[in-house]
Amino acid sequence: MSPVSRGFRGRRRPVADPSRVPPGQYVTADFPVLSAGPTPHASLSDWTFAIDGAVDKPVSWSWQEFTALPAQTITVDIHCVTKWSKLDTLWRGVAVDTLLEGVTTPASFLTAWCDGGYTTNLPVEDVRDGRAWVAYQYSDAPLDPEHGGPARLLVPHLYFWKSAKWVRGLTLTLGDRPGFWETYGYHNRGDPWLEQRYQGD
Amino acid sequence: MATVRELIDETPRCRSIRLEPAEWPGHRAGQHLDVRLTAEDGYQAQRSYSIASAPEDEGLVLTVERLEDGEVSPYLVDELRPGDELELRGPIGGYFVWEDSAAGPVMLVAGGSGIVPFRAMLRHRAAADRGVVPRLLYSSRSVADLIYREELTDLAASQGVDISFTLTREAPEAWPGHHGRVDRRLLADVAWPSQDRPLVFVCGPSAFVETVAQGLVANGHAPDRIRTERFGPTGT
Amino acid sequence: MEALDGNAIAGQLYVHYRVEMTTAAGTCAHCGTRARIAELRVYNRGPGAVGRCPSCERVVMVVVDLRGHTRVHMDGFRLAEPPESFTTR
Repeated sequence: MSPVSRGFRGRRRPVADPSRVPPGQYVTADFPVLSAGPTPHASLSDWTFAIDGAVDKPVSWSWQEFTALPAQTITVDIHCVTKWSKLDTLWRGVAVDTLLEGVTTPASFLTAWCDGGYTTNLPVEDVRDGRAWVAYQYSDAPLDPEHGGPARLLVPHLYFWKSAKWVRGLTLTLGDRPGFWETYGYHNRGDPWLEQRYQGD
Repeated sequence: MATVRELIDETPRCRSIRLEPAEWPGHRAGQHLDVRLTAEDGYQAQRSYSIASAPEDEGLVLTVERLEDGEVSPYLVDELRPGDELELRGPIGGYFVWEDSAAGPVMLVAGGSGIVPFRAMLRHRAAADRGVVPRLLYSSRSVADLIYREELTDLAASQGVDISFTLTREAPEAWPGHHGRVDRRLLADVAWPSQDRPLVFVCGPSAFVETVAQGLVANGHAPDRIRTERFGPTGT
Repeated sequence: MEALDGNAIAGQLYVHYRVEMTTAAGTCAHCGTRARIAELRVYNRGPGAVGRCPSCERVVMVVVDLRGHTRVHMDGFRLAEPPESFTTR
């Protein structure tokens, strides 16, 4: 174990309610920009969101159609696998439940795919029952491209690498297909409360 | 591990830290160190810093700029005291290094704290006292932000190093140096001509390095004669 | 966010290879562009560090720290030239 650096605290915040902080996490007031590549810049006139793969009928929405769908404003805590957690973040977006309405599928898994080529895999049940959104506003403003705008997946009960930035669709799959970070050793599901950071955890 | 021996305020934002490492294999001018800090609860943060001292210098020196939203730099610039211990890894690097044995003209282009590895290179070159005299172009926000100004001016006088400064935000009245951001034209004015095939080192923030590298290529410098090191906020 | 370059992961690569790697040269498996590891565009704020081709921007290298062990994946980068030999002086 490394020796302690006298007087070093970093920029963590003391936590009023430790039960909100998963094991191994530290609370921050910032919103760090983490990325695997350059920020894509989508044109809203070309933007579409699709549900495809193991479905009876693929569906897709244009930006206008998407932002006309019923949306929710939610306040959630988010947890990044790099150990920072941010509490009480405010988002607005379309619940994935809404997007899956009318979609028939035998699939148990999905892959979120994005502008720039990023992918991440999740069990379908983790995006149902009010636990996931495709968000296009953060803190009452349009989602910044650096933070995933025009829209990103938001799955706050899993580590934040599952909340794919610049999301363009969800492909439903019969088998679990590791996405970008999962291929390099990160967990297929990623529950911060079970500390599922890496494959095998 | 290294013990902090001395702290020197260079500018309102920058401080130099002279260290005495427990063990040190020596280093090459241009290399860097990884510094890791550990809080009492086990939280760790790590950053890389270029070594500001030459291999011949007494003691290892780092120069750190306090970043506004920084996590590690405010600690190193404002909190660290002589006698404190720092956990280090290094020296690291093999690409962005300059040996006194390297032949031919050399050009150094620095943006902001990008000047740090060049201090090591210039001190190393002065200690070796041979080879072609290098040229330096140093871009900074203002006079107050110029790091090592006195030392660089002395090097210019005693070693004949050709130094050009450019200020991008505020310049005092009667400023003898250049104004404005580094561009093709300024590079053409102060750099070795491309026909001389100088080895060019560029160091600073990503955007600065991009602009300068593109400007050099546009002026006819071969890409494989340009070595770059980008600084930026790192870590998560 | 702005990219850094291969110098930013020099320490991790050294831990993995036990040799200084930034001068090693190779070609991008996607577009064939030749580059030294120091010249790759590196995005290292995240679960790992991603190295991309300076020309086509596709992923050529991924470095992750799993449970304290550094893993380097270089499937997209074909090493052509070993690193310059390392001497301390």
